[in-house]
Amino acid sequence: MLLSKLSNLDGASGDEGEVRRFIHERIKEYVNTIEVDPLGNLICFKKGRKKGPLILILAHMDEVGFMITGKRQDGTLKFSKVGGIDTRVILAKTLRIGRKKIKGVIGVKPIHLLDEEETNKIPKIEDLYIDIGAKSDKEVKDIDIGDFAYFDTNFEKTSTGIVKGKAFDDRIGCSLILDIVKGKFNFPFYAVFTTQEEIGLRGARVIGNRIKPDYAIVLEGTAAGDFPSKKDIARTPLLGKGPALTVIDKSMIADRDLLQRIIGIAKRKSIPYQIKQAGIGGTDAGRIQISQRGVKCGVIAVPARYIHSPASLMSVNDYNNTLKLAVSVLKDLG
Amino acid sequence: MKSIIKKLTETFGPSGFEKSVRNVIRKEIRDHVDSIKSDKLGNLIAHIKGKGTKVMLASHMDEIGVVTSYIDKNGFIRFSNVGGFFPVHSLTSRIIFENGRIGVIGEERRKSMSDPVEMTKLYIDIGARDRKEAEKLVPIGTFGCYERGFEDIGKRIVAKALDDRIGCAVLIEVAKRLKRKVKNDTYLVFTVQEEVGLKGARTSAFGIDPDIGLAVDVTETGDTPEAKKMAVKLGAGAAIKIKDWGIVCDPKIVETLIRIARRNKIPYQFEILERGTTDATVIQLTKGGIPSAAVSIPSRYIHSASEIVDMDDVEAAVKLIVKFLKTDQGGLKK
Amino acid sequence: MDELKGLLKRLSETEGVSASEKNPKDIVKEELKKLAISFKEDRVGNLIAFKRGRKSNRKVMLASHIDEIGLMVTSFDENVLRFSTIGGFDERILLGLEVIVHGKRPLKGIIGSIPPHFLPKEKQKKVLSIEDLFIDVGLSGKELKKNVEVGNFVSLKKNLEELLNERHSGKSLDNRASVTALISIFEELNRVNHNWDVYGVFTVQEEITGLGALSSSYNIFPDAGIAIDVGFGKQSGFPSEHHVELDKGPTITIGPNIHPGLQNGIVKIAKDYEIPYQIEAESGPTGTDASDIQISRSGIPTILVSIPILYMHTPCEVVSLKDIGRTTRLISLFISHLNVDMLKGDKYAT
Repeated sequence: MLLSKLSNLDGASGDEGEVRRFIHERIKEYVNTIEVDPLGNLICFKKGRKKGPLILILAHMDEVGFMITGKRQDGTLKFSKVGGIDTRVILAKTLRIGRKKIKGVIGVKPIHLLDEEETNKIPKIEDLYIDIGAKSDKEVKDIDIGDFAYFDTNFEKTSTGIVKGKAFDDRIGCSLILDIVKGKFNFPFYAVFTTQEEIGLRGARVIGNRIKPDYAIVLEGTAAGDFPSKKDIARTPLLGKGPALTVIDKSMIADRDLLQRIIGIAKRKSIPYQIKQAGIGGTDAGRIQISQRGVKCGVIAVPARYIHSPASLMSVNDYNNTLKLAVSVLKDLG
Repeated sequence: MKSIIKKLTETFGPSGFEKSVRNVIRKEIRDHVDSIKSDKLGNLIAHIKGKGTKVMLASHMDEIGVVTSYIDKNGFIRFSNVGGFFPVHSLTSRIIFENGRIGVIGEERRKSMSDPVEMTKLYIDIGARDRKEAEKLVPIGTFGCYERGFEDIGKRIVAKALDDRIGCAVLIEVAKRLKRKVKNDTYLVFTVQEEVGLKGARTSAFGIDPDIGLAVDVTETGDTPEAKKMAVKLGAGAAIKIKDWGIVCDPKIVETLIRIARRNKIPYQFEILERGTTDATVIQLTKGGIPSAAVSIPSRYIHSASEIVDMDDVEAAVKLIVKFLKTDQGGLKK
Repeated sequence: MDELKGLLKRLSETEGVSASEKNPKDIVKEELKKLAISFKEDRVGNLIAFKRGRKSNRKVMLASHIDEIGLMVTSFDENVLRFSTIGGFDERILLGLEVIVHGKRPLKGIIGSIPPHFLPKEKQKKVLSIEDLFIDVGLSGKELKKNVEVGNFVSLKKNLEELLNERHSGKSLDNRASVTALISIFEELNRVNHNWDVYGVFTVQEEITGLGALSSSYNIFPDAGIAIDVGFGKQSGFPSEHHVELDKGPTITIGPNIHPGLQNGIVKIAKDYEIPYQIEAESGPTGTDASDIQISRSGIPTILVSIPILYMHTPCEVVSLKDIGRTTRLISLFISHLNVDMLKGDKYAT
């Protein structure tokens, strides 16, 4: 499971190079052609013995992160978010910045010095800053405006079968595809690793103008809902209960027939699965579905807790079951 | 026309589930057009061959609805919206599901009667006694929509889903009156998933690549007590759209519609809609740009289970569109 | 500079609200004719100028939106008109503005509201919303209905004023400052050698739908796209770290919406030719024509060059004439140096 390495790579929307190079290296022996388009999408094609159907499997390379927007006179850095991050989760976290991965911290006033009102307010991004230890802006070297900054998290196995790391959304999908391409399939397929999903599904918008597949399956790491709550409300997907299938999210209504087919396969092969909570989140499938004359799309995702934050948790069993399901679906479609 | 409107509005068809509506329309229209087909997303495309300007008309088949997302231990069902389903209209309304089961929308206790109605505090009661029973009757991921009958109140009619079954009824009636005699290459498109992002219109416009696009949908009125100021009134004729939230209609098409209305003494009015849009918005943005406009049917209480339209407005819209298609629109083809 | 000033003045003072851009397009056509540059209009109204390159093997498309924000008549209310906005307005600035209602003939008017003397005390200190405002052209209700129709466009009325330091203030500098620059670029290109074909698109409806950039980039499908727009110059009261200022040259954006290879290319030109420039980091889509061009068809390498202005989207926008000149020079030189190596391999080469 290459997720251990993929998770540690740094690649926010617009800065996916490290991830792209890694994937390129590892996928080249399994595919016939590889291209990079003007958005930075990595597009790999594998011929098949049969002429069709043409299938597209897709994951996005980018993670959420930060961008340096200014340098203050006192040596601290101004920054903005890249993609959706809850401001509350970034306070007092450590980041690694720029090409040289220089360490910095998002500083917060010590609690001893806060008054009552301040403890109840969420600071605005404009009021936050990154401290790399410089005493003035002249000391800030090797960091330019436009550089990216990442949560300084390292992948680890936590307890039996659970792993921790950053960027599970969507290095999980990238890892799954790298595992999938090792298999043998009769049909031709495209394995596409998109960019800029987190800032508006932008990489995916151009894919449908280059590739016209019969089916598209998007592989994702999706927000798990299994946290304690007093209310008896929806919490799916849960860790350990298998791959999550999308019926409807903010970006699309999954193709009904394809979805039924996937569920049928899961049942036949005794693979546990769950239905992802309705109306939450969005994926590249939303853009592929409405490209050109339309594409039938499905989304299969591994549940992960605390995505879009410094550290997420995932169950290795879920990953394996998702891989099993994805491969079975591809074999069935082909 | 009232009987076809009754049939259409009483058919089940939330976004993503337009199958039944498609079947009704197909039966009604097939003897009046040269060919019918449906595309990958489920759009129904009827073609009446003609020379010259390629005109695409669009009405959407889908209505707003709900999708079940969780069943609690007592058998109450939590749900998410499909399209612009407004909680305030839905309290104690009846919902019908794909499989015909009926439910009632209930609400958690409110701290005060003046608190807003929130989607997260609603649930559907299908009369099940526990989770097990509910799961068997209405599993997670089931789609539903309002359950309400059509009422003929004389000059006016009340029904759910007049948005946009009334547009579909208009196009069917237009097809019947054209008797296959048109001066333009005419495509009558019944689109899917308009309510969740104008999706069907995008892919169908891409496939057809028309010279001009014309949407037929509903619009709000400003003629009820203390309504938001708006020029549109029920009974004042077909509403020729000038602008809405997504489009400023092509002025040449608008001029043409006005001229045809005046010449043929068809009652018309001008529409500017602040919030809300139609398939015309995405038809315009397709490929290299397609000049587009819309003819709207004024409607009160849009997105509730009791929308009201005036049959004189409907008749005016039909007449206007028939005359438009029977006139060579070569001048609009640029 | 006087010619530049005159052109900017004419473009700024004319009326061209989104979806009604005929007047500024007519001015541009006149100028293009003087420069012997061919042009045509496409079916959604974009004005497209074209100059062939020496080798004519690649295409670059420049996009400068020609529309401005404005208003539209929505209904009659006794002897005044109710209206809605076209494009993004801070509603607080509307009260007291002079406008022109484009009815059967252009009618001068004022945006008014019920004077504070006549309002209940609580309403006197509150921000007025559009519902509280109306346009008064001085006609009676009856005469109004004869001269104006629902759907008529309304534009802001403002003369371009010269301030100190070659700065000018007026309406629609967003984006007529860039339109001025684009015309000047064609003038420069008559003097400079360039291999690539150059399409200069004066795009329509950028302020509302992006229709112009979407459709023209689809039709032309260039090898590279350069959007020219305006950006936020530091105003009194902005945080100290806002480093983009007036009179320091055009801003070159960096970020996911921008192709790294092209961006590096234009920065190098600025350095080599000692043209002052500024860098601005944008972590998402820029909300300009560049957003739409980048994702057209199978993707187009795109950059964004912005002319800094103050008080954006008000009738008193301020621009430095020198920045317009610098923008013209920078982009013209960049075009003459364009080569395919800038399109492959980026900062983060694969």
